[in-house]
Amino acid sequence: MKILLIGATSAIAKAFARSYAEKSAHFYLLARNQNQLKELANDLKIRGASSTSYSAIDLAHTKTHSAAMRNAGEFLVNVDVALICHGSLPNQENCERDYNMAEQEITVNGLSTISLCTEIVKIFKNQNSGTLAVITSVAGDRGRQPNFIYGAAKSLVSTYLQGLRGKLLPYNIHVVDIKPGLVDSPMTAEFQKGPLWSTPELVADKIIDSIEKKKHTAYVPGYWRLIMVIVCLIPEFIFKRLKI
Amino acid sequence: MQLHGWGRFPRADAELIEPPSAELFPEIFKSERIKGSLIARGGGRSYGDSALSKNIISSRFLDNFLEFDETSETIRCGAGVSIDMLLRTIIPTGYFLPVLPGTGFVSVGGAIAADIHGKNHHTDGSFCDHLVRFSLLLASGEIIECSPKTAIDAFIATCGGMGLTGVILDATLKLEKVPSVCIKRESIVAANLEDCFDLIEDNESSKYSVAWIDCLAKKNALGRSILHLAEHNATGLQKYKSRRRLSIPFNIPAFLVNKHTTRLFNNSFYHLRKRTAGTNIVNYDSYFFPLDNIKNWNRVFGQKGFFQYQLVIPSDSAKRGMKEILNVVANSGKGSFISVLKKFSKSNENLLSFPEAGYTLTLDFKNEPGISPLMKKLDDIVLAHCGRLYLAKDARMSEDMFKKSYSNWEKFIEIKNRLDPNGKFASIQSDRIGLT
Repeated sequence: MKILLIGATSAIAKAFARSYAEKSAHFYLLARNQNQLKELANDLKIRGASSTSYSAIDLAHTKTHSAAMRNAGEFLVNVDVALICHGSLPNQENCERDYNMAEQEITVNGLSTISLCTEIVKIFKNQNSGTLAVITSVAGDRGRQPNFIYGAAKSLVSTYLQGLRGKLLPYNIHVVDIKPGLVDSPMTAEFQKGPLWSTPELVADKIIDSIEKKKHTAYVPGYWRLIMVIVCLIPEFIFKRLKI
Repeated sequence: MQLHGWGRFPRADAELIEPPSAELFPEIFKSERIKGSLIARGGGRSYGDSALSKNIISSRFLDNFLEFDETSETIRCGAGVSIDMLLRTIIPTGYFLPVLPGTGFVSVGGAIAADIHGKNHHTDGSFCDHLVRFSLLLASGEIIECSPKTAIDAFIATCGGMGLTGVILDATLKLEKVPSVCIKRESIVAANLEDCFDLIEDNESSKYSVAWIDCLAKKNALGRSILHLAEHNATGLQKYKSRRRLSIPFNIPAFLVNKHTTRLFNNSFYHLRKRTAGTNIVNYDSYFFPLDNIKNWNRVFGQKGFFQYQLVIPSDSAKRGMKEILNVVANSGKGSFISVLKKFSKSNENLLSFPEAGYTLTLDFKNEPGISPLMKKLDDIVLAHCGRLYLAKDARMSEDMFKKSYSNWEKFIEIKNRLDPNGKFASIQSDRIGLT
């Protein structure tokens, strides 16, 4: 298995990579922090990865994507799975006050992913195969008061993936949209955790499952599908009054 | 947030800090963020209050493997890597860990801090006897390298030192080449305590040895037990095994664990095992980690939690001491399911390490009225026989008892004061037993 991992040092990506390392996968890792990438590449090697390479780039700079994807393609030769995990959790209040901030967050969580998908699709089309897995969020299902900038960016990606999926069907390329709920990771360090929270390891297991079973949209854990159906069914005249 | 140890008692409100990578750990000490005392926490498998404090720094994201050296047969990994994760990684390469605790969920950092032991203490010593080196983050933000040859004071104070000297960041462990991870287990029935001691001593050459004991049996059957001896099997797959995990999703009502159910369990367990005694080949996980396939088994004892009482009595009076202890427990009717007797070989240099030449007994007690006086009674017997209690299990030992039974405590404090002059590292336990 040859895996391109974007946002590789995130907790979910790490757990995902470690599972595949045990199955002797090959990895190309992309993230911002050089030291952490180096440590992760080494860790995966010890856990059984056949080969690893990495490159440190700021994924918010879309101009660097094309070259980075070329390098990844050259290293892996044939990419089986590309998983896009990078992202940030914006401060909603600040984004509402300051458009520049909102723009930056939408770039990181939305536009940069579309740029990466564009480049990955080129590789996949060339080889006439591949699975593109992208982590979006349940936050993209309906704009809610506490995090609609993040939600808007994620729904941008989800909508894009829905269209892309059909477009890539003739090329034997599969597209999976992964929508995690609340995940206890460094990104959510400031939150008080409760029973609905899940671990990065559990989410990673579900991602692997949905890639292998060729699912289209995977809510992880599965109960989030039900929760979001209910959230989406609330009439707008009530919903607009809810601070959930 | 509210946290507790594996025994679910006591509970404490703490600020939980989870630095996402190793390089961010020293930053914690440079900032003004931490007010009050601090203790490191790994898998959360110590039973009492040794990993509880105002501030808790979690090794959860110190989970990388750093170096695997086949020529020296060592592995270097972050302190947050669990024993289970280690086995998962090294077993396919033909290696095994020289010392395994009773659960795979213990972290490497926690294993060092408690200098844990396994079913082979009588042949191989404790966890830190196979520790090559580790790096320790001090309260000053400085990171020091410790090994049996460098920074010896920090080494002997940190191994078994319950996290009171600093935060262990990563460690290098010696591995052991084994023919197979399949275990050849021989179970022998012992009709009573004397019988069990004899069997243990007669089979001292067996690599692994541990006895399950019916702590409620009385009179002639006092201490009747099943001794499990084991060796690595000569053949078998070198394969990591992950078992299907059952889970106890809620607290079992505490009244269900009582004199009658416990007696019923112990009776049936003894007779069932008596019928199946003999030699079996089992996978390593069911021999070493019998309870790991029941997630949250600690909920069996109900909302108020439980105490695990582990004592060691030195060889000279071990047999007499154990008999007294079991008599008191059997007559109280308050014992529980898994009581374990095991022989220790001699102690090491580490100042607060628990094992010493003699016998160790582990008992579980539900937290209920009347349990404190019972444990107090047991404390007196332990002290009378110059024994001591295991800090990693303890939630209630008195300062007086600790200082009487851990003779190196003053030397420990002296080294701790040098490494941590402002007394940053402290746990609820260390405050209680007068170490901080």
